[in-house]
Amino acid sequence: MNMKIMVKIITPLLAGIIFGLGLLISGMNNPAKVRGFLDIFGDWQPALMAVMVAAIAIFAVAYALSNKMKQPWFHSIFHQPSLTVLDKRLFIGAALFGIGWGMVGLCPGPALLNIMTGREDILIFIVALLVGNRIAHFTVGPAK
Amino acid sequence: MWNELAGGALIGLAAALLWLGIGRIAGISGVVANLFLLRQGHRNWSLYFFAGLLASYPLYVQFAGTPDMDMTGNKVILISAGVLVGMGTYIGNGCTSGHGVCGSGRLSVRSIVATCTFMAFGMLTVLIMNKLMNGAGV
Repeated sequence: MNMKIMVKIITPLLAGIIFGLGLLISGMNNPAKVRGFLDIFGDWQPALMAVMVAAIAIFAVAYALSNKMKQPWFHSIFHQPSLTVLDKRLFIGAALFGIGWGMVGLCPGPALLNIMTGREDILIFIVALLVGNRIAHFTVGPAK
Repeated sequence: MWNELAGGALIGLAAALLWLGIGRIAGISGVVANLFLLRQGHRNWSLYFFAGLLASYPLYVQFAGTPDMDMTGNKVILISAGVLVGMGTYIGNGCTSGHGVCGSGRLSVRSIVATCTFMAFGMLTVLIMNKLMNGAGV
């Protein structure tokens, strides 16, 4: 295997490991803690806010750096998100996600990570999530 | 507080590495869609990222022990929430990572609007479940 292919495997693999460790160290793998953040009218726990602020600040710096680069270190182009429109689709999608997120306290990242706990409740949630993905794919379809 | 800031910094660092290294946005709902809807050309990096995410768990347990994880065991709630998260992130093209972290960091109006929307609906949902339904199923 040549060097270039190895780097293209190691970069996302390492990013996944660091991302997961970040979730675990911050406690965001724990749905109870996430729901604690969403419970602003009850026993509010601002923890998630600190996690978000730190993550956004660091990514913002990296993104600003990339504006001065022609291409990423190990790839030909930046896959710049192309959608900018504020349409019904965005609001409905975000609202549905928000309701599901509030119900259990799991968003996709922690849900995938928690597969490793082997717990039945997580596996049920993941299967439901994939079914939801399929339903949206076949009814609404991908964004243009 | 320090754990939250350090963990958040790691999440930001991971997103930075993925963007500066291979030019991809660290959006987990995107990763899920790429993997399970068999999106050609996006599958490889998503697969490696997913593998890394899973690998972080035993690594963490090795050094810090099993992390706390408390959630509802109510299957009706789990299934409906899972379907809603799966549909919502697909339709809205993102979740806490893609819109919340990366999109906000890019100062994308679309992502910031999405983040405010799902946070507002999440808060409303918790309010309704905790206050009006006496902590239903939790």
